[in-house]
Amino acid sequence: MNLTLKIWRQKDASSKGQMVDYKVTDISEHMSFLEMMDVLNEQLINAGEEPVAFDHDCREGICGMCSMYINGEAHGPDRGVTTCQLHMRMFKDGDTITIEPFRAAAFPVIKDLVVDRTAFERIQQAGGYISVNTSGNTQDANAIPISKHAADEAMDAATCIGCGACVATCKNSSAMLFVGAKVSQYALLPQGQVEAADRVRNMVEQMDLEGFGNCTNTGACEVECPKGISLENIARMNRELMKASI
Amino acid sequence: MALDSKVPGGPIKDKWTNYKDKINLVNPANKRHIDVIVVGTGLAGGSASATLAELGYNVKAFAYQDSPRRAHSIAAQGGINAAKNYQGDGDSTYRLFYDTVKGGDYRSREANVYRLAEVSANIIDQCVAQGVPFARDYGGLLDNRSFGGVLVSRTFYAKGQTGQQLLLGAYSAMNRQIARGKIEMFNRHEMLDVVVVDGKARGIIARNLVTGEIERHSAHAVVIASGGYGNVYFLSTNAMGSNATAAWKIHKKGAYFANPCYTQIHPTCIPRSGDYQSKLTLMSESLRNDGRIWVPKNMEDVIAIREGRKKPTDLSEDERDYYLERRYPAFGNLVPRDVASRAAKERCDAGYGVNATGEAVYLDFASAIERYGKEQAKIHNIQNPSKEKIIELGEKIVEAKYGNLFQMYEKIVDENPYKTPMMIYPATHYTMGGVWVDYNLMTTIPGCYCIGEANFSDHGANRLGASALMQGLADGYFVLPYTIGDYLSNDIRTGKIPTDSPEFEEAEKAVQDRIDFFINNKGSKSVDYFHKKLGKVMWDKVGMARNEKGLKEAMSEIKQIREEFWKEVKVPGIANEMNPELEKAGRVADFLELGELFAKDALMREESCGGHFREESVEESGEQKGEAKRNDKDFAFVAAWEYKGEPADAVLHKEELEFKDIELKQRSYK
Repeated sequence: MNLTLKIWRQKDASSKGQMVDYKVTDISEHMSFLEMMDVLNEQLINAGEEPVAFDHDCREGICGMCSMYINGEAHGPDRGVTTCQLHMRMFKDGDTITIEPFRAAAFPVIKDLVVDRTAFERIQQAGGYISVNTSGNTQDANAIPISKHAADEAMDAATCIGCGACVATCKNSSAMLFVGAKVSQYALLPQGQVEAADRVRNMVEQMDLEGFGNCTNTGACEVECPKGISLENIARMNRELMKASI
Repeated sequence: MALDSKVPGGPIKDKWTNYKDKINLVNPANKRHIDVIVVGTGLAGGSASATLAELGYNVKAFAYQDSPRRAHSIAAQGGINAAKNYQGDGDSTYRLFYDTVKGGDYRSREANVYRLAEVSANIIDQCVAQGVPFARDYGGLLDNRSFGGVLVSRTFYAKGQTGQQLLLGAYSAMNRQIARGKIEMFNRHEMLDVVVVDGKARGIIARNLVTGEIERHSAHAVVIASGGYGNVYFLSTNAMGSNATAAWKIHKKGAYFANPCYTQIHPTCIPRSGDYQSKLTLMSESLRNDGRIWVPKNMEDVIAIREGRKKPTDLSEDERDYYLERRYPAFGNLVPRDVASRAAKERCDAGYGVNATGEAVYLDFASAIERYGKEQAKIHNIQNPSKEKIIELGEKIVEAKYGNLFQMYEKIVDENPYKTPMMIYPATHYTMGGVWVDYNLMTTIPGCYCIGEANFSDHGANRLGASALMQGLADGYFVLPYTIGDYLSNDIRTGKIPTDSPEFEEAEKAVQDRIDFFINNKGSKSVDYFHKKLGKVMWDKVGMARNEKGLKEAMSEIKQIREEFWKEVKVPGIANEMNPELEKAGRVADFLELGELFAKDALMREESCGGHFREESVEESGEQKGEAKRNDKDFAFVAAWEYKGEPADAVLHKEELEFKDIELKQRSYK
């Protein structure tokens, strides 16, 4: 298929960006979206132009590095996928595709489609851990039985890949789904409950400091989340925060 | 220099304990004055950074991604082995040790492997304490599954995302130390050289990938945890950025590189679909627990399937060749990875491949769905269930076990694997070879350590499933933090290492010169052009089966590609900015050297062992006819290569392998 791409080009954090049009031809429907971007970049390099910078790494939907806002949706039109798992069969010959970086005040653009998501790092550094040293003397892994239900729910929360699609999607640029998932994973496990109050307070405080917006229960984050992280995690975070403040 | 593995004396089961009791320690007050650089933040680097910082050292950690949590360990799916014997099926430290040495085709160092098996149980305890949500049974205890090449269930897992969960565990431990200021984290940084001062590793030169700035970082020891070199094949299951640069740079500064030809080709990957393909996707080997692998028995059916006239589900049981079950009745579909991969290649080379490229075999879940369905019908007391009901019930169980893998397959291939068998083909996945290290995990450069996939140590010529995660975390949590202390105890009075020495100056200049060369070369071909060309030579001639003629051709062809690369490579943009093409150019330049050494090593090793299969070395008669033939008399050694300029001039050093606790035997999975 032949496509027109409208891509956000921005030299660096301090420059002004703009949308630029490109044409790509003979794109196979079996290609992934990023393979289509590879084709474009090879074309640009051969023409002596600068290729489009975009974040990507594992290309199997788990590292959370790839971003891109495609036709107005984080990770594009498919559900339950990251951009690297999006396939060109979702598009038609002759389509015009708009490709922008994730937009949020807390995610400044570094170059073209690459954004700075280190705000997520600082939130996790504020409390996204259990305070246990490595020793080789921790108690046996089966010493505390954990109900399958709780373990499965913790796993569902822990499956978050930290890509930031929730923030990019939210009209308020809220990070509640991300932080909710992190808080929930630990809140659901006995090992995490010891520090639960401090954890949720510190992580929420850091989230606010980073300039993420508030949650107004629109639910768009859950729809766009490539890993299907549930809104229940936001509710659980709010409960944990309430518990921590009384 | 003679290779000294520094394996301590005494019986194998006491070595590590006695050794730990006797090594030198650094007192807590002195640790505050000692800096350690860790390059790479996957399972090995992440766990090492966190543990060293907990101990009190000042850690500087480097990752090329925007977060340490994105290292490619995150993509490991199936699980992590540990000799916990929770299932009471006869597992033990010795058995894990034995399986690992046997699975590695008797080409690993016994003492290292025993230690790995010994600390494996601690890893699970540690991870549970960190909040890793492993799968559990209804009683609330940890669940296990079994993996290829073993007869017990010792694999712990977190859905199909075990690597992700373990890495997030190590990452959370890192975050705690970053918050305390004990780890200084350098995201979006790439190490481009190691700095050796007075014969000791004392720092690195790194590039800030956002600004392009070249930086000097000093430390009392340098730990390389940068992963494997599978991307030398261009197409592999590695991440796009996975590279061998850190490992190769230390090799060029004096670290021997061991057994580069030991590469694992994973049997269950999604087949290639076209020339634009940028990477291959692996599906967990755990699928082989329930999936049966086959190709059609008759060539007419193969042709009919390729032309779309027949569907795989049209073929009756006796029209199918379940070739693994046929050839290996004892292990069946659960033979080790190298055996499964070669068997698939054998069928496809014989013309039985089931897709358009001729490079695919089926992985079929129909019998598992039926088996589980019948079992569920019994459990739910359903009398005379219909076939549809059985399938419905069975699919639910298969979904619970492998749902995310099935979904991933469907997204990529656009076929529903519940209804039609999956297509799979082997792909490069893991490299057992790597930087040579002694028992302390130190390389041949004093003060330079290498851990995880980047080193050569524990898997011999073939790695068993779910053992990479085990090794990465064993090295980082439980081995390196002890052994590095012994070395650093001599550095308590050294003080900060200055970065204005001539050695730093020189290393920085070499890095800068190379970057300037790339930017100014303005050749005619992109970096990927050369990488793909290299990958094709590697796959065709240094892939799943190798022979003398092909390997010699590969060496000269790689050399030619390298020469053309340095003449014609084109890197757009400038040095002082984010420039992904410039990053790739440096990595591919190193792969172009590593690839030639890889072929040289494969040429030298005139035997078949594990992932290394020489067509000249197969059993000619008897029950094992056609199987790989090892040569213990001449090749029971580790091949450690010393850098001498051109890869072809590398000098071989042998570490003879001694097998005192395991009898050398031919691997038989029949």
